[in-house]
Order: sequence, then structure tokens, then C-alpha cells
Amino acid sequence: MSTQDRPSGSPGDAAAGPPDRRDLAWYVDMGVRVLVFAGGISAIVFIFGIFVFIGKEGLGFLTGPFRPGEFFGSTAWRPTSDYPTYGILALMAGTASVTGLAMLLAVPFSLGAAIYIAEFARGRTRETLKVLVELLAAVPSVVWGFVGLTVVNPAIISVFDVPVGLGVLNSGIILGLMATPIMTTLAEDALKAVPDTYREAAEAMGASRLQVVVRVVLPAARNGLVAAVLLGVGRGFGETMAVLMASGHSINVPTSVFDSVRALTATIAAELGETADGSDHYRALFTIGILLFVVTFAINLTADLFLRGRGRR
Amino acid sequence: MASEPVPAVRTESLNLWYGTFQALQDVTVRIRSGAITAMIGPSGCGKTTFLRSVNRINERLGYVRTTGRIEVLGHDVQGAGVALTQLRRQVGMVFQRPNPLPLSVRDNVLFGHRVHRTPDAAITRAEEEPILEEALRKVLLWDTVKDRLGARATTLSLEEQQKLCIARLLPLQPRILLMDEPCSALDPRATGAIEELLWDLRGEFTILIVTHNMAQARRASDECIFMLMGRVVEHSPTEEMFVTPRDRRTADYVEGRYG
Repeated sequence: MSTQDRPSGSPGDAAAGPPDRRDLAWYVDMGVRVLVFAGGISAIVFIFGIFVFIGKEGLGFLTGPFRPGEFFGSTAWRPTSDYPTYGILALMAGTASVTGLAMLLAVPFSLGAAIYIAEFARGRTRETLKVLVELLAAVPSVVWGFVGLTVVNPAIISVFDVPVGLGVLNSGIILGLMATPIMTTLAEDALKAVPDTYREAAEAMGASRLQVVVRVVLPAARNGLVAAVLLGVGRGFGETMAVLMASGHSINVPTSVFDSVRALTATIAAELGETADGSDHYRALFTIGILLFVVTFAINLTADLFLRGRGRR
Repeated sequence: MASEPVPAVRTESLNLWYGTFQALQDVTVRIRSGAITAMIGPSGCGKTTFLRSVNRINERLGYVRTTGRIEVLGHDVQGAGVALTQLRRQVGMVFQRPNPLPLSVRDNVLFGHRVHRTPDAAITRAEEEPILEEALRKVLLWDTVKDRLGARATTLSLEEQQKLCIARLLPLQPRILLMDEPCSALDPRATGAIEELLWDLRGEFTILIVTHNMAQARRASDECIFMLMGRVVEHSPTEEMFVTPRDRRTADYVEGRYG
């Protein structure tokens, strides 16, 4: 259509001209496109950069004093001894026990909260609860550690009559509280993604609200719920500051929930500043970093696969 | 008059509001037991709303308010003491889009039955089998799916899914089937198959079907209710409505002058 055919004043008039003209709009368009592309690709660049950096620092240890049997099998983490040993078994046990207890506490609470918010709460109650849960997620981890030290610690001492309240139980409670909001939010998203037609169909057959949830919604949302729990585990696994403050920070394979432990993450945070750059100790800490990186990556990847599985059905 | 059977559904000056919008105005109808009654009318006339107030599934929305009386099989269903689960057991519903649950074919058919039986009734899988087969046979689906009972119901074709959605109501032995444009997602051949099925089920169940399709209403119903702007304009035997409509607006609508 030529320009003469259009009534004058139509929106096309201003832009009229040869279709390949490189005017300002063309350059703006191009500029924005490059900017957005750079933003998108930067995540990959950063993650790759971090991996290269940690890998490079840790590699010196892996090719040097690293002995797999000692590293994974020994509880003796004595990097500053005259005859240093680098066994992280106790640290792994610390992280596993704290994360495990945290999940034991957090999973029922967050799934319960998610089911209540998504399936039972209505109107204002639901909106208020959602905001509060998200607010809980915004509490900095050092504040949680502070709560662990000043609130949970004396509470454990007086309730269970033990000499010290810092340990698996304390950090498990704190970590559970920290993981609950994110798990609740993700689980609620998973429940929300279940089409309402399923609920309607089941209700029209005379199923009660509870039967609808148990027999229809939960099975349909299963993958999303598993992903929510896994991401919560990843969150707990990588948490440092609160665990450092609430766990007691002593190297120990726990035999009771009151035992003090030390987590992998807390070890890096506490020791890295005091090691000589490039020393074996320094590099051993980076090797722990690689381990954390790999495990967290695996957890997130698994969660992602579950989430993808949701769409396939 | 005394010998006239109890109507399957009877409403008395039924009014319904969604928030401030009045969707039903003074609807008084009697749905004849054992017949197929088609509800016709342009979009937004209230026919689906009427259908959804019979089993009170409307109330899921939360902002619905009704006045007037709805009786199902002679019982008032508006009262606070009415057990919705029992009402919905007697009044099954088929939706516009086939909506099988994301379970196997078997679990879909037996869902309602399992939900409603008493918890202590220990029914083995072997005892469920005849219930399953009877329901699927009745909707003419048994032969096509009998080897796929464990398959996910959502893998069936749309026609099979819609038949499954009818089949899953049957183990509950409902008296009334509400159908909200059950063929609108189906092709003409599948539509024909469903209509044939309705005709087979006629008599055993009272069927109330909402449809946009004039030809379907004409082919597949005993009585028709024509609604406009939330009101019932005309309720008469199907043949009469299409050949000698009493109301001018009905005549205009069934002849396709609007809607």
C-alpha cells in the first residue's frame, strides 16, 4: 500500500519511508537488544567464572596433599597442625545433621502452610499470610543466627537441662525457620499450578475439600512439591552465618541433637580469612567450596528436572 | 394433578447475583423427571448459571448470593443443613471441556465411588472391577479402553475423555445429570456419539443439558427452556418450541435472528 492511499494523519505517516531506513528507532531497538542479550548471557558468564575461580584455587590441593580416603573418611580436620590432616567427615556429618533436622521440622510446616494458603484460606486471610511468609524470607541470616544465640540457646538449656544450647538442635530449628518461607512459597506455587478444573470436577462428584486436596491436588502437584522441598534442602545446605552462630562450631560427629557440630560452609567462613594465600589450608577450603558447589548444583538440577516433569503430564 | 410425579428439579422465584450483577431473575421452572431438557439462549443469558445452581457448584466462587427456592427430587437444597456431598452424589455434572482427573482411567471411574463409600467398607480391587466395567459399558467405552485401564485418563481422545466423565458419575447412581455444553469441545462425529449416548441414558436419568447448538437442542431433547437476560422466556416441548414458539423472542432466536 502506498502512502497516498492512507488518510492523512494516520499513525503510519510519521514512520513512512523506505522500510530499510536506519533511523533512531532502529538504533534504539538494536541497542536494547544487545543490552538484554548481555543481561541474559551474564548469568552464564558469572556462574562459569565462579566455577573456574573455585576450581583453579582448589585444584592445587586436589593435585597436591589431597588423599580421597583421608578427605572423605577421616574426622580429623587439623589444617594448622605440624602434621596437617584434612578430613571433612565430621564437617559433612555436621552439615548433614543440621540440614536433616531442619528439613524434618520445616517440611511438615511449610507443606501445611502452603496447603492452607492455597486451598483453604480465602480473601484477606490468604493475602495477609502470603505477605507475612514472604516477609519472613527477607530476614537476614545473621539475624537468625542472633536469634539462635540469644533466644533458642537459653530456651534449650532451660527446657532440656543441658549445659550448652548451641548444637544440632539449635541450628536445626533456626535453619528450619529459614527454609520454611521459601519452601512454603514454592509449594504454594506448585499447588496453584494445579488446574482448578480438577478441583471442580472432584467437588462436583461430592468430594469434600479435604478429599479434593488429598486425592486430587497433592498427587497432581507432587513434582512441584518435591522440587520445593529440594530447593529448601539446597537453601539449608548452603546456609552459613546462622549455622556458624547456632551450631557451636566444634568439630564433632554428633551422637545426640544437643551435640555441637561444625558445618562445611561455616568452616570456610571462619577459616578462610586467616589462612595464607595459596597455602594448602587455603586450597583445602576451596576444595570444600567445590564440593558445596557440586552438591548444590546437583540438588537444584534435580529440582529443576522435577519441575519440568510437571508440565509433561 | 395429584398423580403427577415429583419433578426432578423445581425452582420457585429463583434469583441469583454474582456480586452486584443479577444473573438469574425470578426463575420458576419444573424439570420433568426422566426426560432430557435442553436449556438454550444467547451467551450470558443465565443458562449455565442455572445449571450450576442445581448442584450448588456455583458457590465455589464465594461471591454468589441466591434467593428463592430450589428443590431437587422434592427436597429443598438451599438450607444450611443440606449435605452438599450427598446432593452432588445425586446430581452429577459434565463440564464444557472434558476434565478427567490426572489419574488412571480406572481411578477416574471409581473416584466418586471411593469418595462416597463408608471408610470401613473394605472393598477389594476384585469387587471394584464389575462397577468399573458396568460404568464403562454404559457409556460404550469399555471395548475401547478395557486394555488401557491403567493409562492416564488425559491420554484418551477428547470424545473418550468426555464419555469417561459421564462414566465416572454412574457408580454413584445419580438421579440427575447436568451437562454444560458437553459437546462444545468435540468434533461433529464425537458430538453425534455423545448425543446418541444421551438418548440411551434417557429415562434412567433426568438430563438437563445446556447447549448453544440449536440443532442439537432440537435433535436431542424432549423439552426446551429458552432463557434471555436471566429470565425464562419459554418452556415447552422441543417440537413445539421450534415449530410453533409462543413468544416472539423465542421465534427470533430459534430462527437465528440473533444470539
